[in-house]
Amino acid sequence: MSELNTALEHPTYNYKVVRQFAIMTVVWGIVGMLVGVLIAAQLAWPALNFDLPWLSFGRLRPLHTNAVIFAFGGSALFATSYYIVQRTCQARLLSDRLAAFTFWGWQLVIVAAAVTLPLGITTSKEYAELEWPIDILITVVWVVYAVVFFGTIVKRKTSHIYVANWFLGAYIIAVAVLHIINSMEMPVHMTKSYSAYAGTVDAMVQWWYGHNAVGFFLTAGFLGMMYYFVPKQAERPVYSYRLSIVHFWALVAVYIWAGPHHLHYTALPNWAQSLGMVMSIILLAPSWGGAMNGMMTLSGAWDKLRTDPILRFLVVSLSFYGMSTFEGPMMSIRTVNALSHYTDWTIGHVHSGALGWVAMISIGAIYHLIPILFAKPRMYSTALINTHFWMATIGTVLYIVSMWVNGILQGLMWRAYNQDGTLTYSFVEAVAASYPGYVVRFIGGAIFFSGMLVMAYNVYMTSRRDVESQAVPAAATAV
Amino acid sequence: MDINDLRGLSTAFLMIAFIGLCFWAYSKKRKHSFDEAANLPFADEELNKRTQEDVKHD
Repeated sequence: MSELNTALEHPTYNYKVVRQFAIMTVVWGIVGMLVGVLIAAQLAWPALNFDLPWLSFGRLRPLHTNAVIFAFGGSALFATSYYIVQRTCQARLLSDRLAAFTFWGWQLVIVAAAVTLPLGITTSKEYAELEWPIDILITVVWVVYAVVFFGTIVKRKTSHIYVANWFLGAYIIAVAVLHIINSMEMPVHMTKSYSAYAGTVDAMVQWWYGHNAVGFFLTAGFLGMMYYFVPKQAERPVYSYRLSIVHFWALVAVYIWAGPHHLHYTALPNWAQSLGMVMSIILLAPSWGGAMNGMMTLSGAWDKLRTDPILRFLVVSLSFYGMSTFEGPMMSIRTVNALSHYTDWTIGHVHSGALGWVAMISIGAIYHLIPILFAKPRMYSTALINTHFWMATIGTVLYIVSMWVNGILQGLMWRAYNQDGTLTYSFVEAVAASYPGYVVRFIGGAIFFSGMLVMAYNVYMTSRRDVESQAVPAAATAV
Repeated sequence: MDINDLRGLSTAFLMIAFIGLCFWAYSKKRKHSFDEAANLPFADEELNKRTQEDVKHD
């Protein structure tokens, strides 16, 4: 009883579940990116599929996307959302047990994905490949996640709900709606189901889901991260709280309409394509408004970037966010899309968002979190964070540039025709011409992946009780 | 009146709601409470310290 009273009078936060998800972010980041490096190598050197069906590109590619989006990105979002909601509501999570259930449930989803996808068990819907029993498990875990998150907001000790929680709340609700509607399917047996939708409607539902997975999972959730960790790491409040409110409502109102730009020049009615294109272009405004709000938080404190590699991760992620949210609306214009669609340009665009924005802001947030969660003054080695920062940046740039070159090259080769109307190049000639780009992409990806190993070592050393953090080297300030 | 009037009206309604939101967010009256909200990330160090003490003794 006295213990209960102490807990009521002196509440604490639940850091255990945050710590678990934070560590799994690093683990799944390494696994997911390793698979990515392997399939990048397969495109340059096809013999690397070893003639085994389980290692073929078609099966490993969804494993890579699921692992980096839902295992790495998902764990980062769980960790940071549980952390942010507690600290800005000044209240412990609604229930430790339910929070633990979401941790183990989410890990089970990831393991199930890692087993079924290489076996070729798939719904074949992009970013929603997992079969129906796993879909149901995802739904259950997600609903419990929503209960824990919103339950914590309900019991908050503050009068205001901090803006980061608005973004995180929108991400949780939108992902639930998207997942349930897109995964409507008729099971045939345990490992096979058919979608409830057919033809063009199926395609539109799929890309309504697909683009909003980008908009709400990979954007709104990580903007929630941005609105907490950028001010916290810069030690000053966000540049404009008012702008953050306009940013929130504009972003959630517009993103939901952008999906049709994935279906230009298809059976989708022209008006729907145009709508998707216009809404995608409008999206530039809230996207840049948010990016500016994050960047300007540093105004008057830019010098911190010289000494703090964690802040560098956060700010450079915002630059990549600004860059890819300019590129995206441009690519959604139908005539630009005629050149870029189905080429490697799309893959480059996705990775400037995925590596530059999502991964780099997550990495920055995890570096901020790990010392706090292990009650240490700072990370074991600040110099290694700096090393990781440069590996991540160089890796991302190599990746994006090689895919730009490949994409434009492929687009131009595919559309070139002779005076008599025949195609100038066969498809395989474009593949052969892409080889140097594939090698550069592999190198960039391998550098980014190696950076995650540096991070894992640094996190491990920080977690050890018997190891003191290294003094911040004076040299790091000069780099 | 047909479905297209409703579509037009809903667009107008959203437009008004968004402009209204901007005025609401930028009104002088709200400045104080937004400043307070913006400082929430820095308002709970005591709770964090207490939790970290627990972490050390785990």
